[in-house]
Amino acid sequence: MAEKLETASEVDQGPQTVGGIGGIGGGDGVAGVGGGTAAGGGAAGPVVTSYGSWWRIRLSLLRRSVHDNWVIFRRNRMGIAGLVIIGFWMLMAVMPSLFFATGFWNRAVYDPVTGLETDPPTRTVIMVERVTDPRTEIDRRAVLMDGRIPSDLGLGDTFELPLQPAPPNSRHWLGTDPLGRDVLSQLMHGARSSFFLGILAATVTVVIATLVGSVAAYYGGVIDSLLMRLADLLIMIPGLALLIVIGSVVTFQLWHLAMVIGILSGFGGTAVVLKSQALAVKVKPFVDAARVAGGTGRHIVLYHLIPSVMPLSVLYMMFTVTAAIQSEAVLSFLGLLNVDTSWGLMIQLAHTQGYLLQAGEFWWLVFPAGLAVTLLAMAFFLLGRGLDEVINPRLRRR
Amino acid sequence: MVVLFFVFLTVTWFLLYALPGDSVAQQFAGNPNIPPEARQVALERLGLDKSPLIQFRDYMTDFFRGDLGVSFSQYPRPVIDIIAERLPRTVVLFLTAMVTYYWAGFLAGKYLAWKRGRRGETLITVSGVGLYTVFMPWFALMLIWLFSVQLDLLPLSKFLDPVEWREAPFAANQVFMRMFWVTVTASVVLCAVGWASARAVDRRWGRLLRWGGGVLVIAGFVGYWYGTQPGQAMRVYAGDIAYHLILPVMTLTLVNFAGVMLLTRSSMLDTMREDFILTARAKGLPERVVRDRHAARTALLPVATSLTLAVATVIDGGVITETVFSWPGMGQILVSSVQLEDIPLAVGAFSFIGVLALIGHFVADMLYGLLDPRIRVTEHG
Repeated sequence: MAEKLETASEVDQGPQTVGGIGGIGGGDGVAGVGGGTAAGGGAAGPVVTSYGSWWRIRLSLLRRSVHDNWVIFRRNRMGIAGLVIIGFWMLMAVMPSLFFATGFWNRAVYDPVTGLETDPPTRTVIMVERVTDPRTEIDRRAVLMDGRIPSDLGLGDTFELPLQPAPPNSRHWLGTDPLGRDVLSQLMHGARSSFFLGILAATVTVVIATLVGSVAAYYGGVIDSLLMRLADLLIMIPGLALLIVIGSVVTFQLWHLAMVIGILSGFGGTAVVLKSQALAVKVKPFVDAARVAGGTGRHIVLYHLIPSVMPLSVLYMMFTVTAAIQSEAVLSFLGLLNVDTSWGLMIQLAHTQGYLLQAGEFWWLVFPAGLAVTLLAMAFFLLGRGLDEVINPRLRRR
Repeated sequence: MVVLFFVFLTVTWFLLYALPGDSVAQQFAGNPNIPPEARQVALERLGLDKSPLIQFRDYMTDFFRGDLGVSFSQYPRPVIDIIAERLPRTVVLFLTAMVTYYWAGFLAGKYLAWKRGRRGETLITVSGVGLYTVFMPWFALMLIWLFSVQLDLLPLSKFLDPVEWREAPFAANQVFMRMFWVTVTASVVLCAVGWASARAVDRRWGRLLRWGGGVLVIAGFVGYWYGTQPGQAMRVYAGDIAYHLILPVMTLTLVNFAGVMLLTRSSMLDTMREDFILTARAKGLPERVVRDRHAARTALLPVATSLTLAVATVIDGGVITETVFSWPGMGQILVSSVQLEDIPLAVGAFSFIGVLALIGHFVADMLYGLLDPRIRVTEHG
């Protein structure tokens, strides 16, 4: 895996050196170099003089390591399940753009924030003194409470009751919420903000944590102890309580939250784990070789320590995504997040309007959003565990 | 410890100070058009007109004198009073949940590893991960829906049932503290009995001590509530509080136990490959002894390490649980004070949550040292 990412980072620099992607795409070319790579092994770089073939060898190495790791990963059924769920939600997140663009969804009706179903399905009910069948009868006293019913009706009159949290129907596949907005559309847009937040938070975490971890491991001394004491402190602080307190003073935007989570996790727990990994790499002979060859500290940290810590940091990225999705949902549930649509907000609405304790009757308000948060968080967690098996050979089934 | 707490307070204070909030405007119900004079008066009263360093010094000295300011939302009440009332309730929730979920998680993980490859394994692991990553407020509300609304078994929320307490001769906290101390005493004695019986020279005496002592302690616990005068009088009320405690503890346990379970499982699997397990089996020891005495003991160590990391998570979970269940503890006061923009109360509650985390951390560290003799000789590094 370390090899894979090392190669991956150099592949990124590739196009400038090679000066065109066109020549490398051919599958047969890569297959042709395969034999040479097997002989050259890891030292292929310096042996080959032409830039073109250097590039091909790197690519084939990358392919092979991706393939090998995929074979290991594929055996972990839970990791695959995680990947499938993430794929499903990604699809969900893309859908609304497609629906709006093709005109399948009308913005006025299906917009997750301002959309309104003006023509909700109705149900014929009869006003009675004592309700025996709540599906067709309504209590006389409920008229005053329920603004939807004209007050000039008498006992025994029948009327059409508009159903505002409408149950799933052909226009709204997951029904509408109490404000007449489409639940499916909100769910899809919620997936979008969850992905945005999770990925941003995880990226910030990984960038900070790899830097902090490898710098602390390489330089040691005062820098190390300062950074590690900070990490201890951050591990100890209950993060959610901290986010709530910060939420009392500032109004959180989604990306503020991502930054805060990223910084907390990046300087905290993730940094400690990555530091121990970097320490293990630091004592390897190739780092000594680099130092003897005159590599500066900056060079060694950037080109040797960080690439070898990368795979592990990808793993922790997954766990950060899980944490970020959950924090977002909790904060928007508590009303401390300034966000248009989110799954937490959907639950909050259902909760404050009292539908949550009637989960049996109003299941479409309660279960989709709650399960969505759980499923997506779980998917990233499962993916992380699957990757863990790829990265830590000790965990594999023997 | 003290240094760490000092740093924690400093960070909190600077964080709140550095953030762009106008606490004066907040006090005037968000009205931005305050007359300049009134604004000046408010600034002076809150001590905000001084330089930040002096403010910081004042805050620190006041904090260690136990003066955390006055709450805005429950106006003349000092913050420290509110916290003193709420803190034990959080601690109890936290301790009970921590004990239950560690115990449940360790047990489940042990069996899961021992029976590796059975059909139920995937199911248990997936549901464990599901519970671990579940959206907590939603999950708690679903539990309320299931147990309180559908099955009508447990109370909806809150700390006690006001109707039953209308004619109570005690304050709620009085009963609660009595419950707390009685339970703590009983558990300490129980632990002491367990410890003594494990070290008894004669196997038979040890068993007698364990069973006899256990029965005696439980009898004493029951006897206190039924036999003694204060116990009898408080029994109904204490029962009411305990009845309200079930669902929050259950929520916290269910959500947190899977993490311990997964960790125990992998650490158990590691241990089971060791040679000493093979030796134990070769000696002809019963499977149960190999599992409980040899494998599980060793597998406990990494799980105990995770205790230090779990403290913060459980406190976070507690904040959510308290909010959803309207359990009047620190977490609920934190959330409600934040929603009411009651900054002194929020900061006070947060500092004490920090103290709780710190103490939990410290205790977990000590516990780890107790469990693993190697820790005492190894240098930190």
